Amino acid sequence: MNPDRRAFLQKTGKLLVLSASASVAWEAIVAGRPETAENYKMSDHWWGMVIDIDVCIGCGNCVRACKVENDVPREPLFFRTWVERYQVTPDDLEHPTVDSPNGGYDGFPVQDKVDEKVKHFYVPKLCNHCHQSPCVQVCPVGATFVSPDGVVLVDKTYCLGCRYCVQACPYGCRFIDPRTQTVDKCTLCYHRITKGLTTACCETCPTGARQLGDLKNPKDPIHEFLRDHHVLVLKPQMATGAKVYYNGLDGSVR
Amino acid sequence: MSGWLKDKGHLARMAGLFAFGITAFLVFRWVMVPPGFGLYGHYRAGALDDARARPLQYAGRAECEGCHTDIVEARQGSRHARIGCEACHGPLIKHAQAPTEIKPTRPDGRVLCVRCHETNPWKPKGFPQVKVADHSDNGPCTACHKAHAPKIS
Amino acid sequence: MESVLQSVQGFMYPNEVELQWGILIVLYPFTTGLVAGAFILASLERVFNVEAVKPTYRLALLTALAFLLVAPLPLQLHLGHPERSLEMYLTPHTESAMAMFGFVYLWYLMVVLVLEIWLDYRKDIVLMWRDSSGPTRWLYGAMALWSDNISPASLALDDRIGRALTVIGIPSAFLLHGYVGFIFGSVKANPWWSTPLMPIVFLFSAIVSGIAAVMLVYMVTAWWRERAFDMGCLDTVARYLFYAFLIDFSLEMLDLIHRIYEADESFRALDFMVHTRLYTSQVLVQILAGTIVPLGMLGLTQLVQMSEKARRRIYAMAGVLTLIGVFAMRWNVVIGGQLFSKSFLGYTSYKMNFATREGLLPAILLLILPFVILAVLIRLLPPWKVQRRGAGVSG
Repeated sequence: MNPDRRAFLQKTGKLLVLSASASVAWEAIVAGRPETAENYKMSDHWWGMVIDIDVCIGCGNCVRACKVENDVPREPLFFRTWVERYQVTPDDLEHPTVDSPNGGYDGFPVQDKVDEKVKHFYVPKLCNHCHQSPCVQVCPVGATFVSPDGVVLVDKTYCLGCRYCVQACPYGCRFIDPRTQTVDKCTLCYHRITKGLTTACCETCPTGARQLGDLKNPKDPIHEFLRDHHVLVLKPQMATGAKVYYNGLDGSVR
Repeated sequence: MSGWLKDKGHLARMAGLFAFGITAFLVFRWVMVPPGFGLYGHYRAGALDDARARPLQYAGRAECEGCHTDIVEARQGSRHARIGCEACHGPLIKHAQAPTEIKPTRPDGRVLCVRCHETNPWKPKGFPQVKVADHSDNGPCTACHKAHAPKIS
Repeated sequence: MESVLQSVQGFMYPNEVELQWGILIVLYPFTTGLVAGAFILASLERVFNVEAVKPTYRLALLTALAFLLVAPLPLQLHLGHPERSLEMYLTPHTESAMAMFGFVYLWYLMVVLVLEIWLDYRKDIVLMWRDSSGPTRWLYGAMALWSDNISPASLALDDRIGRALTVIGIPSAFLLHGYVGFIFGSVKANPWWSTPLMPIVFLFSAIVSGIAAVMLVYMVTAWWRERAFDMGCLDTVARYLFYAFLIDFSLEMLDLIHRIYEADESFRALDFMVHTRLYTSQVLVQILAGTIVPLGMLGLTQLVQMSEKARRRIYAMAGVLTLIGVFAMRWNVVIGGQLFSKSFLGYTSYKMNFATREGLLPAILLLILPFVILAVLIRLLPPWKVQRRGAGVSG
């Protein structure tokens, strides 16, 4: 396939993905639903994120900031966002060596012996805010849902603690908060993004490896980024409508 | 019992019991479903407000730059210009709300700088990295580099 | 943190390290399986007129009811907020498999079991109402809904409706347990669970466990009451157990072979798990001791002429092994599905506590409870013909 044609197809593919999510949101607008917050119209937004593996330095700022901003339990091992560290022998994508000591909260220990033949990189993870979300699908009571602006949220006053959603998430993004016995997960800093701020992880990322994006805002630089890069979502075979797009994602990443 | 109910009286009573049970359930449901449930979708609309109500910890860069114009100037054109203030200084909404009462502590360069700039094969190739032990004589990074504009000129 | 990580081998997503569903969730499909299986055995007599199993008919219905009453308790106990469980009825999420549990359960409990038992026992209830006095009299009166009409016409009507209910009951029993399988089989994120065979495998293992349980309950009650066993009945029940078990075993092997041959992205991780952390409970207990051995024993009774005593012993042993095997199967599905990481790069293990809310002790109590309920039910509603006692003599 010639390169022009390939680029065209990829672009069209991406546009299709985008328009699919936009069309879901459009239905919400057409339904003419009222809005509850002032100065923020849910139907004007459709949130997602871009993660650029090529510039992630594994400093762990995002993990620490998330824990502070969202009061995420420190013990024993719960994370709304965490960073994984991959080592891959280039011709063996199926057997990467992965670790994530304390989710990357304390940064990563330096390693003296380095195999030059092995590929090294970090992968930050968080809830993918899927719009065909398997976790939302299985919730028996409507305690977790996709908000009209495309964020997967939990109603902590309504959650039974049945943990079916924890089982249903392919990415391991949910956990039971031991203090409330209800499920907890990334809210994409809903309390920040609805006030015009970015998320705590994006705010503190020193290299811009994380960028919050509003897929409904035509002026948002996310559109340019998605157009100019070859992006992937995690586990695309799960068909969850994930909205966290990775640039430079290696085939070995699970 | 008489008429067509003659041999069906017990069944009628059981049917009545079921009808009562179902009615009681429907009334109970009508009373108990939380207000606002189903307004936007199959969830309690108030849950959106709950999610919004969480207090901020990080003030956001714009908030900092409103006062610290000197730092904005110092960072101009530097390789650290695009980094959010609180990436190094930590969450400072309390300082932003009460600038004189609450003062941030100065970050420790030996921890902070090293975390990003210590050589590590996982870091992207083009990113500036040093072997800290060989790079300086254990002196503070800020002896040579200004944190807001690190290039030594 | 260190203690949590001790059991982890390889890499797991951090949030995966703690298991979500423990032994209580193992109990849930086990108990509902017994309900569905016992009911299906009962319906054999009613719908297909298998006269030989008649002595177990009422016993099977009561067993089903006793276990069905207990079935939601382990679920209730494991919830983070049991007090919110009514939300399942208030705002059931129609897209959620689990949300339908409340309704499937109520339908099965009220419409199928309670109604069918009531219609079948109504004559006895009215007679006991007439014979008894004091609080017992009031109790039976309430159960009869204070309607003492047991005219032949009304009883004939009861029988007709009861038969219709059994006909509805069979698909309902299939629904009840097939649905439990669907809860697991529909989780696409988990390759150990995600297979369309799951509801069918659950259903047939349910039938197997239900038949085995009723067979054992029948043997124990007959021995307790010092009555001779109805060997014709036992032989027939054991034969059905054998056939159902053959189908169940074939289905499970089909699932296994399919997984091995297809060897998709998850296979290496699952294969490793079955050969290490799940080896005892899956290969030794479930497949060998809980399936192949009882299947062989039951098969032997079909092929070789044996004395009554030998057959009785074999049936009892095969029945117990079958129940252990089916319990192990539930264990391997529920616990096994959480021992590996969804990254397929690591494994954890399940640490069972004893006297905690989700520990072994409540699980044991919840396994004993249905038998207590069954004893009460048998006392209230004797499944066999009782000699009318003289008035005033209490039992």
